[in-house]
Amino acid sequence: MDEDDFLEPGQGMSQDQRAELGLGALVFVVVGLLLAMLAFVVHEAWPSFAHNGIAWFGPGGSLDQQIQAIINSGQLKEAPVYTFHAWALIWSTILITVGAVAIAFPASLFIAVFIVEFAPPWLRGTLEPVVRLLASVPSVIYGLAGVLVIVPFIGNHLITQSQKASVTPIIQLSGASLLAAVLILTVMIAPIMIAVFVDGLRAVPRGWLEGSLALGVNQWRTFWKVGVRTVRPVLVAGTVLATARAMGEAIMLSMVSGSVPFAPNPVDGLIFFFEPSQPLAATIIHNTEALNSPPMKATLYAIGAVLLFSSAMLSLIGWTAKQPMRRYGVIA
Amino acid sequence: MSAVRAATAGVRPRAGTGSAYRLTDRIGLGLAWLFGLLFCAIAVAIVIYFLIEGIRFLRPSVLFTNPVPGVSESQTGGFLDPMLGTFIVGAMAMAIAVPLGVAIAVWLSEFGRPTALARVAESAIEMLAGEPAVVLALFGLTLFELHALGFLSQVSNGVVLGQSFFAAAALLSLVGLPMVVANTREGLQAIPSHVREASYALGKTKIATTRRVLLPAARPSVITGTMLGLGRVIGDTAIVLLLLGGTLNFQSANSVPVLGLLRGTGDTLTGYIYYNAPTGDGNQPDKAYAAAFVLMLMVLALNLGVDLVVSRSRKAVRWN
Repeated sequence: MDEDDFLEPGQGMSQDQRAELGLGALVFVVVGLLLAMLAFVVHEAWPSFAHNGIAWFGPGGSLDQQIQAIINSGQLKEAPVYTFHAWALIWSTILITVGAVAIAFPASLFIAVFIVEFAPPWLRGTLEPVVRLLASVPSVIYGLAGVLVIVPFIGNHLITQSQKASVTPIIQLSGASLLAAVLILTVMIAPIMIAVFVDGLRAVPRGWLEGSLALGVNQWRTFWKVGVRTVRPVLVAGTVLATARAMGEAIMLSMVSGSVPFAPNPVDGLIFFFEPSQPLAATIIHNTEALNSPPMKATLYAIGAVLLFSSAMLSLIGWTAKQPMRRYGVIA
Repeated sequence: MSAVRAATAGVRPRAGTGSAYRLTDRIGLGLAWLFGLLFCAIAVAIVIYFLIEGIRFLRPSVLFTNPVPGVSESQTGGFLDPMLGTFIVGAMAMAIAVPLGVAIAVWLSEFGRPTALARVAESAIEMLAGEPAVVLALFGLTLFELHALGFLSQVSNGVVLGQSFFAAAALLSLVGLPMVVANTREGLQAIPSHVREASYALGKTKIATTRRVLLPAARPSVITGTMLGLGRVIGDTAIVLLLLGGTLNFQSANSVPVLGLLRGTGDTLTGYIYYNAPTGDGNQPDKAYAAAFVLMLMVLALNLGVDLVVSRSRKAVRWN
């Protein structure tokens, strides 16, 4: 045991003050670094935003041609071209994210309620590690399973030849599609939601549930009307976190979404679900080799800045939403 | 025993059978069972599928040979370098993330003044956890292309490459950091305040209490956080592709033994799988399956480790 461990009356800063200052400074540096990240990315992205203005987010023209022109202008050292209208990418991101969250939310809620309240002990003991395992399977493995199992299945069994023929001049329906992307993304984000929901549901005060039971309300209704209602902030927080994850998923989506900057059109009916697309994050991965072209670099950083900003906003919303739950002792 | 079941024990013979259950309630309970079992089935399917495919394609030779560019499965060698790359990157990233994460968690849980900074730090860590890895990778690229950081990667003709093990590990540590912080903090906050007060009463300073009483008590949480963070780190692909170069084999920056390697580019299992998937440039699915099998084993081992630590710490001493 060190002599240093004990308080000693003396001049200058005490050991505690030094430690507090040191740790505080460290935290300050880390926070500063994260803010620097925002500044760095926006700074690199600025030419692309400045040139396109609000049209950056809008539709117009062929994205393939725009990207090719941007890359070429940089590699041939000509006057840089920045024209870029990202709507197809944004639309794809919205469709895939909303689709996956819409399926994952009810499923996760039922599973979380099941784990906390209704599962027999042996099944609960299985489900908890399973949730943790699915949350930690690397996205590239999900992507591999998607591209070798799900995509060929959709391409060979769900899409008919006539459907393929009907859109041949515009796009190819290979199976790499909205449907595949949404299905796999659902499995990827559900564990995140379940983990957050379970933490919240566990913290519901016992007395509230017992009060409802004492009034003769059955177990299911009690938990649904009292338990789930209490944790509404947690439901918002978990959903928002999962949305941020879904939006930022790049690797898996670049493997199964088709990597074609095409905007799927709901008017196409059933084919809509089989249409390929390319979400924002996957676009960055898809074009990493073009980073040596300065205008393309600015464009990719612009995409990064949009993702950075939206996921930061979502995290902030999630963090704010679950603050009311602190009084039940939920920190997660 | 759950709250409701504890309360109903002895009142109703079996949950879910009373006449008080309306049709909608029964449907709801049925759905809960359905989704729960479906979820287990999906997990089992994924694990079993990769184990079977992995065993089919995994040969001892692929573990001990290096990748070779080629067009057929027999020419392309194995994945020794990517596998070592996973170990190197994981170790380096956690060597940064664990001390940093524990320090941040201690400050947030034990000090936390000024409150404004604590609030900002808390939400910043939260934001970091939700940040897409690909954006972190873009940030890392600009950061390590700075001339001041040229000594961490390669410099050719005055241009800093910005891709190296150092760069990748630094950014990957940010991927693991939120896990370490969250778990350590949870562990520290689970220690009741009378434990701290007992230590203060003996005349120990706050920092000594933290070092000798609180952190040892929170060790299972720190280990859990480390393993969960490591799982995220070795599973990441975007940062590896952008910041490690994804060059299949190690390409040292110079002939200095260790430093040259770490300043050079390389690959990890995730990058290798991405390259060899049908959508990648390599397109050797058998090799991808074998590598995915090895990666899956690592993830399973980490998960098992977490389960062990959690169940052991549940049995450990209680404070009151």
